[in-house]
Amino acid sequence: MDAGRVVIVGASHASAQLCAGLRQGGWAGEILLIGDEPSLPYQRPPLSKALLAGEATVADLLIRKPEFYEKERVVFRQARVTLIDREAATVDLDDGETVGYDRLVLCTGARPRPLDIPGADLAGVHCLRDAADTDAIQRTLATARRAVVIGAGYIGLEAAASLRKLGVDVTVLEAADRVLQRVTAPAISAFYDRVHREEGVDLRVGVGVAAIEGDAAVTGVRLADGELVAADLVIVGVGVVPNVELAQDAGLAVDNGILVDAHGRTDDPAVFAAGDCASYFDARYDRRLRLECVSNAVEQAKTVAATICGKDKTISALPWFWSDQYDLKLQIAGLSTGYDEIVLRGDPRTGRSFACFYFAEGRLVAADCVNRAQEFMFSKRAIGEGLSPDRALLADPETPLVSLLRAPSVSAG
Amino acid sequence: MGTITFTEYDGTSHEVEFADGESLMELATSNGVPGIDGDCGGEASCGTCHVIVDDAWIAATGPRSDEESQMIEMSPECAPNSRLACQLKACAGLDGLKVRLPEFQM
Ligand SMILES: Cc1cc2nc3c(=O)[nH]c(=O)nc-3n(C[C@H](O)[C@H](O)[C@H](O)COP(=O)(O)OP(=O)(O)OC[C@H]3O[C@@H](n4cnc5c(N)ncnc54)[C@H](O)[C@@H]3O)c2cc1C
Ligand code: FES
Repeated sequence: MDAGRVVIVGASHASAQLCAGLRQGGWAGEILLIGDEPSLPYQRPPLSKALLAGEATVADLLIRKPEFYEKERVVFRQARVTLIDREAATVDLDDGETVGYDRLVLCTGARPRPLDIPGADLAGVHCLRDAADTDAIQRTLATARRAVVIGAGYIGLEAAASLRKLGVDVTVLEAADRVLQRVTAPAISAFYDRVHREEGVDLRVGVGVAAIEGDAAVTGVRLADGELVAADLVIVGVGVVPNVELAQDAGLAVDNGILVDAHGRTDDPAVFAAGDCASYFDARYDRRLRLECVSNAVEQAKTVAATICGKDKTISALPWFWSDQYDLKLQIAGLSTGYDEIVLRGDPRTGRSFACFYFAEGRLVAADCVNRAQEFMFSKRAIGEGLSPDRALLADPETPLVSLLRAPSVSAG
Repeated sequence: MGTITFTEYDGTSHEVEFADGESLMELATSNGVPGIDGDCGGEASCGTCHVIVDDAWIAATGPRSDEESQMIEMSPECAPNSRLACQLKACAGLDGLKVRLPEFQM
């Protein structure tokens, strides 16, 4: 392996794993980690959970301690990469410097989708993607009592739950006709709808937002039907867009994500991409995917590290995700998109513990598990091994899950 | 302060120094021990930090919690001494502790 310099753009989940993977794989050359945030890579998921609820600080959340980067000879540099020159194999930084690379890995992640309505730039209106956002929210929270969360995806709902913990009044506004519409079955949406109402959230689905109002700071959110919902804090959580512009300007192929192959390579053999910014072809689900979760960032980073170190590895681990709201620990294995049948174990209409298994053409493809760690790990394994457990047995709470892992069962109709 | 030894599935050992209160998952990831990912950051949510405590140390570490059991027992490599490394905090009483890693994390 030729020892040169790996330059990594973006310092977060993907790159933290990449640094470790490169050294574990035997990369002896330089590693230069360039990120535009002031901190070494930190855990992003707690931003809407423990951090927002004031239970942790960014320093508690570093993915790996500063000593790790020292020991592994990773140089961290806070700067923004403004240009890639693939012919010269260099990147330009916003501090005026140009740096050469032998391998370049783009871990630029994603940024919040902007809300294109009047008033979106008023003081007290925030998105939630990085530590600076949480800091800004915390400052508004020092005086805020009434919050509006726009968007009932995972981040919006987690923010709502954390704000309720702090005793803030919360209204959640969702344009679709149910919460989590993009990612779960109606039964799960109904469950989260019920819990948020039980916890005192004023939850409104199927509503349009016309404007955010206020003079200097926000005072309310105007709905499409004319109603004004009073607010001194607004959190916008309407999805993210991948940071692909650097790659695009450099002439790399981009289509809702930087296109990479199963080894994490772009169409330039010296350039790779991993994490929220990358779109890859998933062999298990048989389609191109761009995922937004830590497990995907880690798996793609491992793959890129292995590829750079001359090892044969493809992106293959089953993606999984989690979400903490109130006393609910949701763990999701796999991707439910395209399912044609669900099987419930436990009842989402009452209580706070159940699992929902998603099947496509008789094959288990995903599971949403609420306070059901065992069902989650079962699903990770069963989906990973391509099993199609008997649906009636799976639904029966008396069936020990382990028994469903044994025989490579055929799907029962 | 003290040391903990992580032994990979292939037999490679890593002796790691700790400060009291750090979890074994944090120790492993911050010291570049391969085979422990810690995807969830230590919330007992992911199960990617499975370790197996050396028999001689099981009295010192104590048994795993119910929460850990729920996660680990679905692993084909689950052993009686299996733990989630993020739930095991290093302390003076564990100076010299030895744990080994499974072949795969789930
Ligand atoms: C509030 C919140 C809660 C979440 N909860 C969960 C969860 O519970 N479970 C889960 O699995 N996932 C969760 N996620 C998603 C998860 O955090 C992301 O999937 C993960 O952070 C992706 O990592 P990444 O390294 O690909 O990119 P990112 O984390 O997006 O990091 C990219 C970094 O690159 C920097 N950057 C971009 N362009 C440049 C440039 N040109 N020059 C220099 N630096 C640049 C960015 O500023 C950023 O620091 C959550 C995300 C958020 C925001
Ligand atoms: S780090 Fe996720 S379970 Fe231990």
